[in-house]
Amino acid sequence: MATSTQPVTPQLWLRQQCRWHPLEIVFWLSTLLPFFLFPNYLSLASQIAITAMFALSLDLILGYAGVVSLGHAAFFGIGAYGAGLFSIHVWGEPFTGLLFGGLIAGIAGYITSFIVARFRHLTLIMITLGIGLMAHEIANKAHSLTGGSDGLQGVKIQPLFGVFKFDLYGYVAYSYSLAALFIAFLAVRRIVNSPFGLALRGIRENWTRMPAIGADRPAHIRKAYTIAAVLAGFAGAILTQTTQSAALESISFGRSADVLVMLVLGGAGRLYGGLIGATIFMVARDQFSGIAPQYWYFWIGVLLIVVVMFMPNGILGGLSYIYARWRRK
Amino acid sequence: MTAALTTAGLNKKFGSLVVANNINITLPQGVRYALIGPNGAGKTTLINLMTGMLAPDQGEITLGGETITTLPPQQRVQRGLARTFQINTLFPGLNALEAVTLAINEREKVSGQFWKNVGGYSAIIDEAHAILKRLRLGDACYQQTREMPYGRQRLLEIALALATRPKVLLLDEPAAGVPQEESGEVFEAVAGLSSDLTLLFIEHDMHVVFRFASHIIVLVGGAIFAEGPPSEISQHPGVREVYLGKRKHG
Repeated sequence: MATSTQPVTPQLWLRQQCRWHPLEIVFWLSTLLPFFLFPNYLSLASQIAITAMFALSLDLILGYAGVVSLGHAAFFGIGAYGAGLFSIHVWGEPFTGLLFGGLIAGIAGYITSFIVARFRHLTLIMITLGIGLMAHEIANKAHSLTGGSDGLQGVKIQPLFGVFKFDLYGYVAYSYSLAALFIAFLAVRRIVNSPFGLALRGIRENWTRMPAIGADRPAHIRKAYTIAAVLAGFAGAILTQTTQSAALESISFGRSADVLVMLVLGGAGRLYGGLIGATIFMVARDQFSGIAPQYWYFWIGVLLIVVVMFMPNGILGGLSYIYARWRRK
Repeated sequence: MTAALTTAGLNKKFGSLVVANNINITLPQGVRYALIGPNGAGKTTLINLMTGMLAPDQGEITLGGETITTLPPQQRVQRGLARTFQINTLFPGLNALEAVTLAINEREKVSGQFWKNVGGYSAIIDEAHAILKRLRLGDACYQQTREMPYGRQRLLEIALALATRPKVLLLDEPAAGVPQEESGEVFEAVAGLSSDLTLLFIEHDMHVVFRFASHIIVLVGGAIFAEGPPSEISQHPGVREVYLGKRKHG
């Protein structure tokens, strides 16, 4: 063991864990590239940013606390419909609509968290799946409120700050969703580097030890689940606002499964895992569905199997492993 | 003076198997008691009952005079009853510093705090580091738990329990699986704990038991078979037969 390492205090060591890496700055600068390089793809870029935010919210519970969910789209969809209904029945101002979408998703998350916090493994997967299915069918059945399978009609969103109108090319949409993603990212980054974030990792690393060190594990899970629901609700609300519509797809099982796949592809338990996974997934869908629209999930299936077989910690986990080996040489 | 921990008439059955049969134990404050008995005698079960990981069918448990029989495990820990595990029950992906910091955060009720940096709680981290240094884990505290040598992981088990600042500490075979020449190190660490701390430890090595325990409880088939100071237990004919004798011939 190295004995001559530089004198580092434990406080400094812990603070160093959350220092900004130069690659992160490169990453966030590159999110601005679509404005210049792919101005025709800003709508896609906006969808990616929204999906990345959704994946980031799942990462908080699954990646950090180890709480698996197969029904996370329930909160995305509640946020999506909430923001849409808010614009129809209250007013079309986007920021209040966004807050409303996050708020009701958070309330739904808080209520369901009391069940979720008590279980794990297959039971938990089935419970979250059940919650997701129920949310989907409620949205489907409540035709008069949600428009059912026709989608929510009549969403009208006012310009951002009363100035920037949501345009056809997606300039405003991408600016809005990217800014929201960045703020959400900063928030999640703070959370995972806090004492609460450490407690979540403790739950992931050893479920049974937590009560034995005096931790109220269910309370931690309830809190994380509620925060994740709020974030998912924000993402859903932004999708409604930028597309001026809300569809059943936003609350479907497919969306829950997709976001799980994205997070696993990118690397769960890493801040950038969901972001990278969502980007790869959405770009792949865009490209593959251009070739064979019905069969593009085939290639996602191939990618998923290859990644989990050879990179159990996702693409980012695999890359950081290679990077660490390369540095040691 | 109030006893640190008592159990009264504790009973527990798994189906028809009696794992705890009318267990009455009193741990006065500051004592070091050993809990011995053959495999399957119900030693770990008794610790699980005391710490709330199992619910007794009948009986009462008190901690410092307060009845804790129905309290969930974390509330017993918060009141000063900590345990270690026979099989390492650690946080493989956290390093020792993070793990002990986590335990102190829980004790100090800051682990719900989600906006400040964990490195900002300087006093807590100093304490975590001090606990680790006391158990000679100071230089290994940045190493991921899963990469630590096994013997050090056993010490981290104790460090995590100490971080809860217990009044009563239950050690379930603290040196289990550690080679005999190194197990002394684990028990030196145990012996060096504050004398205010009330200790109950499960151990199979009789040399260790006779060296460190002031009092021995012998458990056989879920019931207390004998109890007394080491000098008495070592001469107890029944104990020699069911437990000590077997080991001598074995």
